[in-house]
Amino acid sequence: MLSRWPERSGWFLDPLREVQRMQDKVNRIFSDVEGTTGTGFLAVNVWNSEDGMMLTSEIPGIDVKDIDISVVGDMLTLRGYRTKEELKQGETYHRGERNSGGFARRIELPYAVDADKVEARYEKGILSIKLPRSEADKPRKISVKTA
Amino acid sequence: MAEERKDIKVRKKEGLTTAMPERTRAKKTFTPRVDICESNNDMVVFADMPGVNEGSANITLDSGILTIEGFVEPDKLEGYDLAYTEYDVGDYYRVFTLSDAIDQDKIEASIKDGVLKLVLPKAESAKARRISVKAE
Repeated sequence: MLSRWPERSGWFLDPLREVQRMQDKVNRIFSDVEGTTGTGFLAVNVWNSEDGMMLTSEIPGIDVKDIDISVVGDMLTLRGYRTKEELKQGETYHRGERNSGGFARRIELPYAVDADKVEARYEKGILSIKLPRSEADKPRKISVKTA
Repeated sequence: MAEERKDIKVRKKEGLTTAMPERTRAKKTFTPRVDICESNNDMVVFADMPGVNEGSANITLDSGILTIEGFVEPDKLEGYDLAYTEYDVGDYYRVFTLSDAIDQDKIEASIKDGVLKLVLPKAESAKARRISVKAE
């Protein structure tokens, strides 16, 4: 459902992509042991409802202007940039554990969403994107007629 | 082989217990990532704590031990079910030992967009001074 690479792999499984996915999973297991957060930058959680999806991601300390969200059909693209605090004259870093710089992720959604109704909010460093399923793509109940 | 793995596990556990006192909240706890930069006048700590705001952050200073805590309520979205997770939600906890060089009465803390900023001003005695060299 979710892909890290921008290319669509077509109908067959892309072996490289599978390896990458496994690598991510292993990294996450080890990061849990250490108890740190945010291994894969732009990790997402996905919530489902009848009308669509909600996608949340922890991106602390970012300017809303630096987040770019676009939806085309069933493809969601998230792009952004997190700036590092500029050091002034005479300042030095002792620790630099926080991520910074540009990030991008393209996510293939399980169905087409209504791009006009996509809403995004940013609160307490958490980005949430509401992705309503497009009317045309909603499942329909088909009643079976008897002869 | 099995013995070796046991050893590693034990060491990991110790590492965590010495770093953290036992807690009563049955919840996951994470170590926030920090940036620390130092200038002539102060030390500034930035900690990433998404989900924490001014009401849920707790900073205590007790005899030179600075403790940063952030409490996060697990997400509950009305009408939605969690379908897929890549990140876990939990509290934050991290401890720093401050030297005497910090003026502990003047520490300032603020939080914005899930990033905690702590300004730790240096004590007068610890500030770097420029020593001018006189010609004889």
